[in-house]
Amino acid sequence: MLSRTADNLYWITRYMERAETMARLLDVGGRMALLPSTGEGFHSEWESLLQASGTAEGFAHKYGDPVQRNIESYFFFDRDNPSSILSCITQARENARIVRGALTTLVWDTLNTAFQEVRALERRPRSELDLSFLTDWTMRHSALLRGAIDGTQLRKDGWDFLNLGYYLERADNTARLLDVKYYVLLPGIDFVGSGLDNYQWTTLLRAMSAHRAFHWAYGGEVTSRKIAHFLILNIQSPRSLRSSVEGMTDHLDRLARGYGTSGQAQSKARALLAELVETTVEDVFDEGLHEFLTRFIGDVAGLGGLIHETYLSGDVR
Amino acid sequence: MILSVLHVTTYRYELPVRGVVQSHRLTPSNFDGQRVLSWQVEATGGTPGGGFRDGAGDWVQGVSVRGPVSEIAVRVSGEVETTDLAGVLRGHRESVPPQVYLSGTAATRADAALAELGRDAVAGAQDALEAAHLLSAAVAAAIVYKPGATHAHTSAAEALARGEGVCQDHAQALIAAARAQDVPARYVSGYLMATDDGTPHEAAHAWAELHVPALGWVGFDPANRCCPDARYIRLGSGFDARDAAPIRGVARGPGSESLDVTVAIQSVQQ
Amino acid sequence: MASTYFNEMYQEGAVRPPYRQLENWTADMPAELRSLKQAEAEALFRRIGITFAVYGEGGDPDRLIPFDMFPRVFTAHEWARLERGIKQRARALNAFLLDIYGRGEIVRAGRIPARLVYQNEAYEKAVAGFVPPRGVYSHIVGIDLVRTGPDEFFVLEDNCRTPSGVSYMLENREIMMRMFPALFRENRIAPVDRYPDLLRRTLQSVAPTKCDRDPTVVILTPGHFNSAYYEHSFLADLMGVELVEGQDLFVEGEFVWMRTTEGPKRVDVIYRRIDDAYLDPLCFRPDSALGVPGLMDVYRSGGVTICSAPGAGVADDKAIYTFVPEMIRFYLGEAPILQNVPTWQCGKAEDLKHVLANLPELVVKEVHGSGGYGMLVGPKATKAQVESFAERIRAKPGNYIAQPTLALSTVPTFVEEGIAPRHVDLRPYCLVGERIELVPGGLTRVALTEGSLVVNSSQGGGVKDTWVLAG
Repeated sequence: MLSRTADNLYWITRYMERAETMARLLDVGGRMALLPSTGEGFHSEWESLLQASGTAEGFAHKYGDPVQRNIESYFFFDRDNPSSILSCITQARENARIVRGALTTLVWDTLNTAFQEVRALERRPRSELDLSFLTDWTMRHSALLRGAIDGTQLRKDGWDFLNLGYYLERADNTARLLDVKYYVLLPGIDFVGSGLDNYQWTTLLRAMSAHRAFHWAYGGEVTSRKIAHFLILNIQSPRSLRSSVEGMTDHLDRLARGYGTSGQAQSKARALLAELVETTVEDVFDEGLHEFLTRFIGDVAGLGGLIHETYLSGDVR
Repeated sequence: MILSVLHVTTYRYELPVRGVVQSHRLTPSNFDGQRVLSWQVEATGGTPGGGFRDGAGDWVQGVSVRGPVSEIAVRVSGEVETTDLAGVLRGHRESVPPQVYLSGTAATRADAALAELGRDAVAGAQDALEAAHLLSAAVAAAIVYKPGATHAHTSAAEALARGEGVCQDHAQALIAAARAQDVPARYVSGYLMATDDGTPHEAAHAWAELHVPALGWVGFDPANRCCPDARYIRLGSGFDARDAAPIRGVARGPGSESLDVTVAIQSVQQ
Repeated sequence: MASTYFNEMYQEGAVRPPYRQLENWTADMPAELRSLKQAEAEALFRRIGITFAVYGEGGDPDRLIPFDMFPRVFTAHEWARLERGIKQRARALNAFLLDIYGRGEIVRAGRIPARLVYQNEAYEKAVAGFVPPRGVYSHIVGIDLVRTGPDEFFVLEDNCRTPSGVSYMLENREIMMRMFPALFRENRIAPVDRYPDLLRRTLQSVAPTKCDRDPTVVILTPGHFNSAYYEHSFLADLMGVELVEGQDLFVEGEFVWMRTTEGPKRVDVIYRRIDDAYLDPLCFRPDSALGVPGLMDVYRSGGVTICSAPGAGVADDKAIYTFVPEMIRFYLGEAPILQNVPTWQCGKAEDLKHVLANLPELVVKEVHGSGGYGMLVGPKATKAQVESFAERIRAKPGNYIAQPTLALSTVPTFVEEGIAPRHVDLRPYCLVGERIELVPGGLTRVALTEGSLVVNSSQGGGVKDTWVLAG
């Protein structure tokens, strides 16, 4: 397959996963805003979301103070925000249009419909659109696309690139969400273990659509260790770092088998997986959650670089 | 006369480039006025591409270099036996009809001044050959040789307006003025041995050819107010300097490129 | 007025034979069903993605060309004559191109002025003396035809570079078959769906001399912002070949390669949908980022085939058009089967006089223009428009040709009030490689505005399915 085609496929899913993460972040923010004031006020929660999504500067430039309605617009509809849900869906759809021939009709149709709908939503008055409607809408379309890809795309290299995009973006996004909670959300270190802390962890779980799954898996009280285990190391958790890296490794191995050659991307993915398999939640907290996550995000970026170099740039011989 | 040439062009890239592709017109063709005795073109790390003789009778050779690479040297060396034919390109095999060279390019478009220069020059000419000589003389008179006054992208009209230039400007101005008088004209790149004693020196050169019905293509070198003789080696032709460039290339990569050219030519035998 | 035009369905109050089945079809179709079907067709086009992209004008970048469900029909007999005429023309145009880049016999013989050939903007010195594989320069020849009577067809212009629109021919048929299967059972309509296969075979048949294997074909597109991108990707998909941009290709050694996830893969035949000027920055425009540096050297040394061949544009120049009947006689020794529209060259003093004196009755076109922009339709123009156009012609007479206003035939078309005649033209696509092939059909363009003779999609034109009935 053309390297550029693989690149387009990979970015379709990266953008769609990113759109979903944005929706999850909005959801987290919406729930936290319901939290009784802690003295710090909910302003700071919205502020932290902007920090988490890496869009604080762009937002401040355009709107100034983080007011919920503005943040909703910025996260969902703003074309100046390259990570807004509208921007992500537009980019995903444009990437799909370029490689229309590499997609099944159903996949194209699903993505194109999401694009047409989001443009229709954009034209409606904001007052008609409440936050949960927007986040539900995004997750539903994201799930539809994933289902269409899974159900109809041929299991060829194109399918692997689509999945690599999903897993790589998810690994990065989960790590960032987790890092936000630990590093950004709490007003100060003395809040660790407080009621606010626990409420935030629970909210995070809800945002990851993992609230019930968590209780089935762990039961009892919500603690930071259990949650870290669930989102980092648990192989049952669909958004855990371990599951994401496993997904990448599987698809890189499939590519290596199909092409009859294995390279640095495969080695790097396997090394990353091996490390996660060996890691315990104590190791994570010994290193420091933030430090661990920062290192992990760097490793994932490195893996993304190798995938680009090996398959997407077209420079490898 | 037997002339020996050593021509080295070195490209240096600020940042290593991912690859280089070049198209060379670096091999003289045979005609009654020149015969190639030996000739070699080498590019460091280059893979030879397709080579062919184009419609104008020039040998064109593609070359590619796989990156990363930060420096490429193209080394041309060889010997050519030349005969003075007073500029007439006799016995040169080519298939492009002369009329093709009536079309202008951006660099050789005749503005009002060039058209006027041409018109005044040919007034009173008895025949096409005399007209061609008069055109060449008029351009030589209108543009004073002055290195550094113009650059590679200076057009014929700009050079005439300045009244200064180098051989490229002379040749392009002559081409523009000739075409404006419906005389087919083209740009020629090559080498010139300019010292009397045959000692090595800088020798890359360019001139023009005008089509004279009775004789065919005839070379005119307004920069030296003469027609090419045994001191000239003809490499190739084109509509203008860019079209006739001995080396055209593209490097894939960011960063700037610098160029260093040395040409030495000497007479090895009288 | 309308009665002076040839109506392809009704003649002297009677239905012409090829349209007989359609009379019942429309009679049986209630208005609600019709609008329902029209909406369905539009939804299908959108879903499939058959749109042309228009960027930079705001609004939805994906536009639909209006599709009219009422088909245009030819009998097998009518088509057989058209086919002979089209193939004859395609052969002559290719013979002409091979000649002018070779010895130029037709110029030497004084049958075509040297100036029109050798000073033509589309003439490429870079390919002079080169014989492309099988001697073919124009592999896809689109010939625009108009009809003025039962047996009267005129060639409006030839398209020898990269004629577009064939995707509409294929999609219009696909959509008609989905929506009205009964029609296709009742009528014996020759299929057009072999086209992509024939195109691929045509392209493979002109593999370069250095190709010693099953040739790899690609389509080269300027990119997804191009208005015809859909067509490029559609054809690539149907042919099962890669759709590449310039950045996907590179030259190394004697060949052209494409960048794939498995490393470089050699490319043998490039069906390019970009203009000559952008093909290779080393040879043509140095600022072109759409092309492939070094491509022309590989092409001329037999490492790759470019379709259509660079330089093919000379043959479809509007000034050369006048000489096509002459080419047919000169190269083929045959009488032209299809007629040219009588054409006046404004560059000739005598013709110019005639044109300026008769502007209100004439159609004037720019020699190098396209898309109906640099054009005057005399009978439809206001006095002021005629006068300002006359100024333009006087300023640069060589840039214009003029033709009589043709009485373009009409075909029934669904309009708001029901069914009404609208003017049409026809573009069939002739393939030239090892063999000359023509699928029975083409693109019928229809001027949807009442009385309009301009069928260009940029000027309010639509498209129809074109049927050739089996004999």
